[in-house]
Amino acid sequence: MPPENKTPLGRRLLFLLPVLAFVALAITFALGLGHDPTVLKSAMIDKPAPAFDLGPVMTDKPGLTRADLGGKPMLVNFFASWCAPCRVEHGTLNGIAASGIPLVGIAYKDKLENAQHFLGDLGDPYQKVGLDLDGRTAIDFGVYGVPETYIVDKEGRIRFRYAGSLTDDVMKTEILPRLAALEHP
Amino acid sequence: MIAELGHFALILALLVAIVQSTLPMIGAQRGARPMMDVAVPAALLQFGAVAVAFAALTHAYVTSDFSLKNVVENSHSLKPLLYKITGVWGNHEGSMLLWALILTLYGAAVAAFGRNLPPALKARVLSVHGMIGVGFLTFILFTSNPFLRVLPVPPDGQGLNPILQDPGLAFHPPFLYLGYVGFSMAFSFAVAALIEGRVDPAWARWVRPWTLVAWCALTLGICLGSWWAYYELGWGGWWAWDPVENASFMPWLSGTALLHSAIVVEKRDTLKGWTIFLALVTFSLSLLGTFLVRSGVLSSVHAFAVDPARGAFILGLLVIAIGGSLVLFALRAPHLRSTGTFAPISRESALVLNNLLLATAALTVFLGTLYPLFLDVIGGDKVSVGTPYYNATFVPLMVPLVLVMAAGPLMTWKRADLQGVLMRLRLAFGVALAVAVIMIIVTKGHEAVAPLGLGLAAWLLVGALTDVAQRIRLFQAPWQVVRNRVVHTTRAAWGMSTAHAGLAVTIAGITIASGWQQEAIQTLHPGDSVTLAGDLYRFERVEPRPGPNYAAEQATVTISHDGDPIATVHPARLTYPLQRMTTTDVAIHTDGLSDRYVVLGDPQPDGGWIFRIYYNPLVPWVWFGALIMVLGGVLSLSDRRLRIGAPVKRLKRAEAELAA
Repeated sequence: MPPENKTPLGRRLLFLLPVLAFVALAITFALGLGHDPTVLKSAMIDKPAPAFDLGPVMTDKPGLTRADLGGKPMLVNFFASWCAPCRVEHGTLNGIAASGIPLVGIAYKDKLENAQHFLGDLGDPYQKVGLDLDGRTAIDFGVYGVPETYIVDKEGRIRFRYAGSLTDDVMKTEILPRLAALEHP
Repeated sequence: MIAELGHFALILALLVAIVQSTLPMIGAQRGARPMMDVAVPAALLQFGAVAVAFAALTHAYVTSDFSLKNVVENSHSLKPLLYKITGVWGNHEGSMLLWALILTLYGAAVAAFGRNLPPALKARVLSVHGMIGVGFLTFILFTSNPFLRVLPVPPDGQGLNPILQDPGLAFHPPFLYLGYVGFSMAFSFAVAALIEGRVDPAWARWVRPWTLVAWCALTLGICLGSWWAYYELGWGGWWAWDPVENASFMPWLSGTALLHSAIVVEKRDTLKGWTIFLALVTFSLSLLGTFLVRSGVLSSVHAFAVDPARGAFILGLLVIAIGGSLVLFALRAPHLRSTGTFAPISRESALVLNNLLLATAALTVFLGTLYPLFLDVIGGDKVSVGTPYYNATFVPLMVPLVLVMAAGPLMTWKRADLQGVLMRLRLAFGVALAVAVIMIIVTKGHEAVAPLGLGLAAWLLVGALTDVAQRIRLFQAPWQVVRNRVVHTTRAAWGMSTAHAGLAVTIAGITIASGWQQEAIQTLHPGDSVTLAGDLYRFERVEPRPGPNYAAEQATVTISHDGDPIATVHPARLTYPLQRMTTTDVAIHTDGLSDRYVVLGDPQPDGGWIFRIYYNPLVPWVWFGALIMVLGGVLSLSDRRLRIGAPVKRLKRAEAELAA
C-alpha cells in the first residue's frame, strides 16, 4: 500500500461520506423501531364521544344515539357491508356478543337493505345498530376507514381506537385488558 | 428427536462459523498457511450443518410435528404436501433459516470451486463470509429459533396464511434469497480486497461470476414475485412500488451497476474504489431489505413477521456489517490506485454514465421507500410515497440509460469514435423513430408515454442486434467468415446482447401494460355479459367447489370476440374457515401478447356477483423480457474466461504475494 500522506485529505474525506450517511440512516432506523406504523394517532382519545342520533338498521332493533353510550364501558364498531375486512372480523364480533361484552354497531355509508342482508347472513352481534348513511358520525369520531372499533368508558369518553379487523388475538392483547381496566379501575 | 438434531446442527454451524471467521483471517495476516486452510473445510461443514438443520425443519413440516411451535403456527395437517414444504419458509423463522442455508451454500461453493484463488485472498474472503454467517446464525438461534418445542402438544396447527398458499410462493423467496444473499459473496470479496489493500483485474474476474449468479437469481426472483402478485393478489397490477418490492429492486439496480463496473476493473484496471463501494452497497441494500421486511419499520402486505426485538437485532447486525465495511472503505479505498485512463468518449465513460444513472435510480427508490419513515421519525405526518413519485423520478433516469445502453457496446475502450458509433446506430435510430411516429399516429397524439417507451425499446433492441450483426460481420463478409465469427464470439458478448434485448422486451411490456390497461367493474347475474376491449365476457354460472382446507365458489365465464369463442375461464373465491379469510383465485387467459384477467368479487344480495375484469395488453412481455435478461446472464456466466479462471494472472499475483 502506498504511504498514507500521498493521498490528499479531500479524497479521504470524500470516502468518509458513505459512513456519515449510514450513521444518519442507522439513527433513523433506531428511532423508527419504536414506531408501530399501524398505530394511527386519534385526536379523539380521552374526549367525550360526539353527539349523534342514527336511525335503525334492523327492523326489530332501535337505532343508536349518543345517549346509548356510557353507563358502562362498551365497544363501538364501525362497519359496512361493502367492506371485506368487516366480513373477516365479523366472526370475532359474534364471539364478543356471545361473551356478553356490550357492543354497538354503526353501519358506515351503507345502504339500508345491504346492511340488513349483511347482518342477516353473518349474524347480528350488536345490541343496537345505527345507520350512518352520510358518514357524518364517522367523521366526528375520526374514523379513517372501516372497520374501526372504539372503546367508550362509563362517562361516554373515547378511550381507545383500533383500526382494522378485530381478531381473537387483538381482542386478547388490545381490547380485553383495556376493558377490564375501565371496569375495575 | 429429529428436531433436536436440527437444533444441534444449527448450534454446530454457529461454532464452525466462529472458527471460520477468525482462524483463516489471522492466518492470512500472519502468512500461516495451515490456519488459512481451515477456511475451506469450515465453509463446507458450516453448509452441511445448516443443511441438516433445514432438512430437520422440513421433516417436521412434512410429518406435521405439532410439538414444534413454528409448525403449529404455520402449518396444518390438512394442508397439501407442497404447501407443507413451502410453509417451511413461508414464515419468519423458516425464511431466516433458508437465508442462512443459501448464505452457507455460497460460502461452500467458493470453498469448493475457488481452487484458483490465491490462498490468502480465499482465506480472507471465506473469513469475512464466516462473519456474516455468525451474525445470522446468532440472530436465528437467539431471536428466531424454529426448533422451539411447545407443551402441551396441540392436536392440529393454525394453518398458513391462505394468500401464501400458492405455488408461486414455492419459488419466489428462494430465488429472491439466492439473489439477495448471493451479493454477500461480492461483499466478502470487497472487504477481503480492502483488508489486503489490493484490487486488480484478476480480483474483478473472480468476483464477477458470483455477482452474475446473484444477479440472475435476483432478476428471476423479482420476476417471479411480480408475476405472483399479478395472478394471486387479484388487483390486475404487476408492480406497486411496495416497500418490500423496492427492497428487492434496490440491490438489483446497484448489482446491475456492479456487474458493469467490474468489467471496467477487469479490462481496464480502473474504477476500483467505486466498484468496491458498489459491492458493499449492493449487499448492504440486501441486508436493508431484510431489515425492512423483518422489523416492521415499514408497513406492507409482506410484513408477515413484525417484531421490534428482532428489528433491533438486525439493526445491530446492519451497523456492524455496513458501518464496519464502510469505515474500512473510508480508511483503505482512498489509496487504491488506478492505472487505466480513458477519454470522455469511450466505453469506460459509457459505463461510468451507466453506473451514475443506475446508482441515482437506486438512490431515488431508496428515498421514496424511506421518506415516510424519515418523516414519521421527525414527528411529521403519515404519508405514503406512490407510483406518481416513481413515474416522475425513476422514468426520466431510465430514458438516458437506455439511450446510452445501445451505444455503449459499440464503443471501443479508451477512446471511441462517437460519429462512427452513431453512424452504425442509424438503423436503430430509424426504426425507433418509425415506431415512435406510428405510436403517435395510433394514439392520435394524445399520449407521450407509448411513443417514447416503444421508441426506446426499438432503439435498444435494434441497437443490440446491430452490435451482434457487426460482431459477426453479418451481411458484410462471406458466410464462412460469419460462421467463424459466430463461433468465436465470446459467450459474454452474446450474454450482454441477449440481456440488453431482454430489457427492450420488458420496456415494451411495461409501456403498453401500464398505459393501455382496460378495466371493467360490474355486478353480473348468471347469463349477463359485459364487453371490454372488444371482447364479450359472459357470466354463465357459479357453483361450489370443495377444497382440502377451504370452500370455494367457482364461476364459469366464457370469453368471445365477434362471436368466436376465445376461452372459458373459472375465477373463484376461496374461503378459509380456519383463518376466516377469503382470497380470490384469478382466472387469466393469456395468448402471449395480452392477458384477459377475470376476478370474482363479492356476491350481492340480489343474486348478482361483482366482477372485476381487466384487459392487460403486452403484460406477459414484462416477465418474458426479464427471463431473456436472465438467459443473457447465464450465457455470460458460461463464458470461458470465467469457467477456467485466469491462470496467467494467478501466477503474477502469486509472485506478487511472494514478493510482498
